[in-house]
Amino acid sequence: MTLRACSIALLAVLVAAGPALAPAPVVAQGKDVFIPLLVYRTGPFAPSGIPIANGFVDYFTLLNERDGGINGVKITWEECETQYDTKQGVECYERLKGRGAALVNPYSTGISYQLIPKAPVDKVPVFSMGYGMSASSDGRWFPWVFNFPTNYWSQASAVIRYIATQEGGLEKLKGKKIAHVFHNSPYGKEANPTLEELSRKYQFELTLLPVDTPGQEQKSTWLQVRKLNPDWIFMSGWGVMNQVAVKEAAATGFKMDHFIGNWWSSSDADVVPAGDGAKGYKGATFHAPGTNFKVHSEIVKHVYDKGKGAGKKEEMGSPLYNRGVVNAMFSAEAIRTAMKGARGQAPTAEQMRWGFENLNLTEKRLEEIGMKGFTHPIKVTCEDHEGSGPVLIEQWDGKKWNIVSDWIQPMKDVVRPKIEAAAVEEGKKLGYTQRDCSKEK
Amino acid sequence: MVERGRAPPGAAPPPPPRVRPVIYREAGQFKTTYASDQAIFPIVQDKWVVTVAVAAALLVPPLLASEYWLQAVLIPFLIYAMAAIGLNLLTGYAGQLSLGTGGFMAVGGYAAFKLTTAFPWLNIIVVFVLAGVIAALVGLVFGIPSLRIKGFYLAVATLAAQFFLIWLFNKVAWFTNYASSGTITAPPRTIAGVMVTGPLATAGARYVAALALVALGALVAKNLVRGRIGRSWMAMRDRDIAAEIIGIRPLRTKLLAFGISSFYCGVAGAEYVFLYLGSAETSAFDIALSFLVLFMVIIGGLGSILGSFLGAAFIVLVPIFLTNAPHLLHLPMPVALQKQIELMVFGGLIIFFLIVEPHGLARLWQIAKEKLRLWPFPH
Repeated sequence: MTLRACSIALLAVLVAAGPALAPAPVVAQGKDVFIPLLVYRTGPFAPSGIPIANGFVDYFTLLNERDGGINGVKITWEECETQYDTKQGVECYERLKGRGAALVNPYSTGISYQLIPKAPVDKVPVFSMGYGMSASSDGRWFPWVFNFPTNYWSQASAVIRYIATQEGGLEKLKGKKIAHVFHNSPYGKEANPTLEELSRKYQFELTLLPVDTPGQEQKSTWLQVRKLNPDWIFMSGWGVMNQVAVKEAAATGFKMDHFIGNWWSSSDADVVPAGDGAKGYKGATFHAPGTNFKVHSEIVKHVYDKGKGAGKKEEMGSPLYNRGVVNAMFSAEAIRTAMKGARGQAPTAEQMRWGFENLNLTEKRLEEIGMKGFTHPIKVTCEDHEGSGPVLIEQWDGKKWNIVSDWIQPMKDVVRPKIEAAAVEEGKKLGYTQRDCSKEK
Repeated sequence: MVERGRAPPGAAPPPPPRVRPVIYREAGQFKTTYASDQAIFPIVQDKWVVTVAVAAALLVPPLLASEYWLQAVLIPFLIYAMAAIGLNLLTGYAGQLSLGTGGFMAVGGYAAFKLTTAFPWLNIIVVFVLAGVIAALVGLVFGIPSLRIKGFYLAVATLAAQFFLIWLFNKVAWFTNYASSGTITAPPRTIAGVMVTGPLATAGARYVAALALVALGALVAKNLVRGRIGRSWMAMRDRDIAAEIIGIRPLRTKLLAFGISSFYCGVAGAEYVFLYLGSAETSAFDIALSFLVLFMVIIGGLGSILGSFLGAAFIVLVPIFLTNAPHLLHLPMPVALQKQIELMVFGGLIIFFLIVEPHGLARLWQIAKEKLRLWPFPH
């Protein structure tokens, strides 16, 4: 055959066989709990995606190895690479949901927005832990979406409260200049409405500085910062944007301890490239960094020492690794709640949703699972899928992150009415109706 | 079927001892009217194949295909094919290189969103068409530089359209109805009582809507390029000065190409948001999308409507094949490695096809058809 004929044959085979090779959906086996993991271990956001994915997998491996799963039900999972790209994420979700997905962690605001409308149709709870659509915190409108322990709006209000305590009280915010440097995408814009409202309430001067994706070029933004000379900068960045911003801030000579990143802007990858310049940079978080917790020694003992670790042992304890662990723990506890103590039986979709909605993670339970002090107790309710969890501020000392604040409560009085108003708007867009939580058990 | 009728003069006489079936031959199909001579498919077999293929595409997937097939494979394929037809009219037929496809698609997507939220009673198909018209008007504006600049320089000018439009939709909150997140969401809309957009629309309904639009679009495009407009585009593409001398007006011809091409891209953009993604942000229409559609056109075949479909199929299906292949072969492989291999193989395949057949997959199809016409005789 000629080369041309070969290529025709090859083409025909590839094109025809492409979708035919897609794995046929396997009906949920009922024996295992299946969790699709949308990860991004390649692409421009891989430095953030790898530790999150490793944290997830290590915690699930720990549960399987140490406890034989959850209440005797093994956890199975499959990773699917999204490259943090919305379309690839949706393809992954469509491919994996047919295998009886107990829940899905979209791990991207863009993918969350895609999956939120699908959740009630496919009956797969969307757990966007601390990201996604803030309005989905109102469980009356979004029964299938959960974003506890806290959302972007609560975080922004907690950061403002932290700034106020540093300045000496909320009334001292008056006349202060605060800049919000944000990734110009749905994710980055999320905090803006809350910050605007708070700036009206406490009369600080808010400047919004968008950075277009991916954010390698920020000279003009930081020129504006220099002109403006703000007292504080809050940043909602992601990926390469963070390290560029931290470097630029250091080069501008901005006081780094007045520069606070949100929880996606405060990982090791964001500060290491700026070297000593990054010292003093702060970040918000809802869990502690480091490996000084019982859960980490358990992971070392049951996972890494058996050679089953997803990453390298030395890389444990970074903020994003720990976020993966916390996310996996919340998922596992929701599954456990959904089982209601029944052994050996994987929960149904409705039970999973119920499990998320009735999750009550107490201090005692956190101690049992080796996470005392690692994260804050949380109680999810039918109305409140966010839990309004408090926020910690961590600071980079040049080598590692240290917690420098107590748990800071978000301003629920400001945030919750905004969430309820936004939920009505977002819910109506999707043609939803509000459910009556007093009728739920 | 054996050969019917008289053999055309000069045809090689068939070897008498063996009777071999000739399945693809127009011998015996006499054209007695101008209409039949000018038909899109002058050969009866072609007509049958296309009719059967369209009918099958309309009936089989909604009944048999799983949601994964429809949602992740077939719907994006049809929508990309629509965009590729649009770009092919502009780049393949009129010879104007454009990198603004993503921007024009964004115009369609955002226009459809604004229209359907402002006038909820408007039929969604009408919304798509109006969104296409708005995209066409925007395309006309950005087509003006094509009168002065050509080739790569024009590509840079259209690149400006891409960046400007995306910036605009990101900057001006009016386009997203002041959504705090800047995301547009397709509201539920029905055609004749069947939900086709929004989260409750079944993948089957959305597929049929996309198929109907692309089939109609392809038919119109095919007739456009066979007629006076298409011929003036091709004349302009092949030698603009010569075309001008024989009386083709460059202004009208080039702007028409930009307008019609942007119309297709605009409709594709509206479908992209309403039938495929469901909700979108500007990053869905970034420069990568423009390049993707350009690759479809180049790989499929410049100046070919069929090529637009083949190119879209190649770009959509091959990565999915490559993603699923390791599972099928039971090769346990870390996802990161798998993705990297996928990218390498995909890039390699693109280069391979461009070397083997620089005129695209449509040309391969044409060669295959010519071979089939001679078959089973070697010459």
